[in-house]
Amino acid sequence: MQTLLTLRASPTEGEFVTFESNPGNPSPLRNSSTKKKKKRLRLKMDGEELTEQETALYDRQIRVWGVDAQRRLSKSHILVTGISGTIVEFCKNIVLAGVGSVTLMDDRMVTEESMWANFLITPDENMWDGKSVAEVCCDGLREFNPMVHVSVEKGNLSTFDGEFYDKFSAVVVGRCSLATKKRINEICRKRPNRIAFYSVDCRDSCGEIFVDLQNYSYSQKKLEETVEFRLQYSSFEEAVAVPWKSLPRRASKLYFAMRLIEKFEQDEGRTPGETSIADLPNVLKLKKLLCEEQSVNESQIPDSLLERLLVGNIEHPPVCAIIGGILGQEVIKMISGKGDPIKNFFFYDVMDGKGIIEDVSTPESS
Amino acid sequence: MASEQQLQSIKSSKVLMVGAGGIGCELLKTLALSGFQDIHIIDMDTIEVSNLNRQFLFRKSHVGQSKAKVARDAVLRFRPQINITPYHANVKDPDFNVDFFKQFNVVLNGLDNLDARRHVNRLCLAADVPLVESGTTGFLGQVTVHIKGKTECYECQPKPTPKSYPVCTITSTPSKFVHCIVWAKELLFAKLFGDKNQDNDLNVRSNDAASSSEHAEDVFERREGEDPGQYGRRIYDHVFGYNIEVALSNEETWKNRNRPRPIYSKDVFPNGFIQSNGNADKVSVTEDPSSVSAMASLSLKNPQDIWSLSENSKILLEALKLFLGKRDKEIGNLIFDKDDQLAVEFVTAAANIRASSFGIPLHSLFEAKGIAGNIVHAVATTNAIIAGLIVIEAIKVLQSNSNNCRMTYCLEHPSRKMLLMPVEPFEPNKSCYVCSETPLSLEVNTNSSKLRDFVEKIVKNKLGMCLPLIMHGSALLYEVGDDLDQAMVVNYTANLDKVLAELPSPVTSGTVLTVEDLQQEFTCNINIKHRDEFDDEKEPDGMILSGWTQAPSKEKDDNVAVSNGASTSSASQSTVLEAEDDDDIEIVPTELAFVSAGAKRKLSEISNSNSSAHSSVGDGYCGEKKEEVVDEEDVVVMLTDGNSDVSKKKRLQ
Repeated sequence: MQTLLTLRASPTEGEFVTFESNPGNPSPLRNSSTKKKKKRLRLKMDGEELTEQETALYDRQIRVWGVDAQRRLSKSHILVTGISGTIVEFCKNIVLAGVGSVTLMDDRMVTEESMWANFLITPDENMWDGKSVAEVCCDGLREFNPMVHVSVEKGNLSTFDGEFYDKFSAVVVGRCSLATKKRINEICRKRPNRIAFYSVDCRDSCGEIFVDLQNYSYSQKKLEETVEFRLQYSSFEEAVAVPWKSLPRRASKLYFAMRLIEKFEQDEGRTPGETSIADLPNVLKLKKLLCEEQSVNESQIPDSLLERLLVGNIEHPPVCAIIGGILGQEVIKMISGKGDPIKNFFFYDVMDGKGIIEDVSTPESS
Repeated sequence: MASEQQLQSIKSSKVLMVGAGGIGCELLKTLALSGFQDIHIIDMDTIEVSNLNRQFLFRKSHVGQSKAKVARDAVLRFRPQINITPYHANVKDPDFNVDFFKQFNVVLNGLDNLDARRHVNRLCLAADVPLVESGTTGFLGQVTVHIKGKTECYECQPKPTPKSYPVCTITSTPSKFVHCIVWAKELLFAKLFGDKNQDNDLNVRSNDAASSSEHAEDVFERREGEDPGQYGRRIYDHVFGYNIEVALSNEETWKNRNRPRPIYSKDVFPNGFIQSNGNADKVSVTEDPSSVSAMASLSLKNPQDIWSLSENSKILLEALKLFLGKRDKEIGNLIFDKDDQLAVEFVTAAANIRASSFGIPLHSLFEAKGIAGNIVHAVATTNAIIAGLIVIEAIKVLQSNSNNCRMTYCLEHPSRKMLLMPVEPFEPNKSCYVCSETPLSLEVNTNSSKLRDFVEKIVKNKLGMCLPLIMHGSALLYEVGDDLDQAMVVNYTANLDKVLAELPSPVTSGTVLTVEDLQQEFTCNINIKHRDEFDDEKEPDGMILSGWTQAPSKEKDDNVAVSNGASTSSASQSTVLEAEDDDDIEIVPTELAFVSAGAKRKLSEISNSNSSAHSSVGDGYCGEKKEEVVDEEDVVVMLTDGNSDVSKKKRLQ
């Protein structure tokens, strides 16, 4: 009953032709547990053919993005820190897609609360007693795709030296402080090979994604000619320093609200997400201050939205699925070189149902 | 995080999920995490390897097991306290009747075919239960809310129907690779391995032109004691050589076309084809007949490679030999299946040899399998996003917040900066024969069309009924059901073979027929109009149903096929490339026609409105057939299907 679409050329056919490739990242599997895995990985790096097993497993998605993209995916290595429901959704998506490896960082111990919105943690305490969130999630993710190497790295990423980062094609940061985001993004920017940086945060029924691909080029075939696109991204620090006044009048209100909350948490020395309705008066004071400083109307940041963000520090599972899905898609786009990447913020709010892209960049990057 | 009140309505609700595939797995997980505690799930499918890249609740060790049951067990691992009731069954089973549907607060569809969607739509209407409908293909997806009386029902807008090709395009004048695939799958494969008694156009034309004694016999019948290799070459020479020669003799056909080239096995293998030297016997080590492969015995590995004519020919002969040698018990009952490796190899090779003959570019096994199996393009991310959106709409429905329900599109390329685009639901179509009581009308030759034609072509195919009952006034003309007594069955069977005007209660111009489906609790009236003549090519059914517009076929390559002089009688038939059921949906919203067929009306405006330069990709995905109504503060995008009644569609509120 569904022939019409599929009788056409596959959606990816002839759409994208070339891609300025990310020079091959070295494998992060220096301590790889089994010899067998090493061998398989090396074969894949040298040879250009997918195994029969891969072809069978990835059949449906190869029809979407092509063999070449599948090969690039299998050579990519993703670092993830700060595990939340949204991050788990994201990890599930890229493990299923068949990236080369996923490295998880989150030393927090599992508690009842970490189970909310996280389908990788079972309520059976024996399964997670004394284990970190990263360790428990690692076990769960491995099951989704035996061809992806999932591992745990201990420690605080923002204190790691730059060389550690070099193994990765992308670093994805879950909810964390303003300072941490800036720092990790900066480290990514200073490495010799491009390391894409993504940050993500979901509060109440809202979600935000930030993307920094530095200098990114890709080409697309439009009708007969191939068009080259070059994107120049701003770092997180640069982006949030862009004067609010210079942003479009109808820029997403969520952008301003998130910056405000972020600043509030920094000023108060809070752990990100540790807010409540009791904070509202102080947040409103800060809002007045910021709006004056930035010469924007206070109505740009509705009080009701701030209220939601302050109270809703537990994630809303459907929003995790949506934001984790969009983020997964972005990382797949970046690795495969197929499709227009988000530049550079994405917002979703259940209230209006829009999933919207905002470009908040310094003038030389826009 | 949901509010207390929201959480309460979630906890106390009872929901039905139809489909535990790509969307279903994601949906069940998100429902469980969101606090739903009573979930029923229906799926008739079992798990396959190609599901595992996105149906993340399943593992390799689950292959062959019920999707609904395995999905339940997987979700109970992280939410053991909730109730999930799985049904490994077809949603069209009579057990799932209106009373069954009535127990739910909302029904959530994650289906893969139009037929089941229509069925569920009718049951939801009859039971007055809101329906959240969804679909994905590749990066594109859609979620729609259907609430009886408030929003349009699933069938208010006509849906695209499967592409069909006139038989003569397939048998005589293929111009695209898909035509060769249809020929290989529906004609050659079916002729050699399928039901022998089925009508099949493969043979006919060659005998028409030259009914020499040699070809009067059924060439596809294997002769007594004939060696498989010999038999294969005879078939090969007949279909790719002799049949093409015969077709060439009809000069009229080739006036405006490139002439095909007959291909004989002796030309492809000038030194004689050396069979695979007992390689075929090696595979006999494996007991499982489904693992028999011609590629393996010929050491061809990469399904992405495009084989040469000679390689395709070897594959074809080898595959035929393997069917005869290893799977002879199945011959006569085989139906093409995209997961049957040997069948895919055979069809790929046959389609490529034919393509080669007609100067059509050859394709790899991977591509051919996609076309022949009508495989859905599917990725996990889109399904996850769509499942999230379904849950959001379901929560609105449960809180009786239906005025805030939205139809949401998930786009591949941003439109107006949006990747997720909400649209206000449309109000019910007043002339919808399903959710309004508008009668349909049928033009038919009442003196030549039989009741059987009406039942098959209209009641089943067009109206999608499972257990129909047809009445003329108070006279019952036809009925299906388990509880009928013998005399009635005899009576109805006799009626099927009568022309309409000669039925016990004659159906003529002006008659109003009432057609009812007892399971769907759905009734509609059809006004009959007699008409003498029908255009064989344009109106192949010999009857025209109106009052409900069928979506236009999207490919416009069919008209070329009319001119083959030899094919007068069979030109009216058409071969449908049937979709194989897959686990994911591929109904693309009619409203969002992704493939450019007509004018790209609003494309330029959309491109201009994109603030980021890179996002205005001009491939027409979002541009086509989209009408936009922009309010200052709240951007509302209206999507229409380009029908003439566009202007009649109103937004709710």
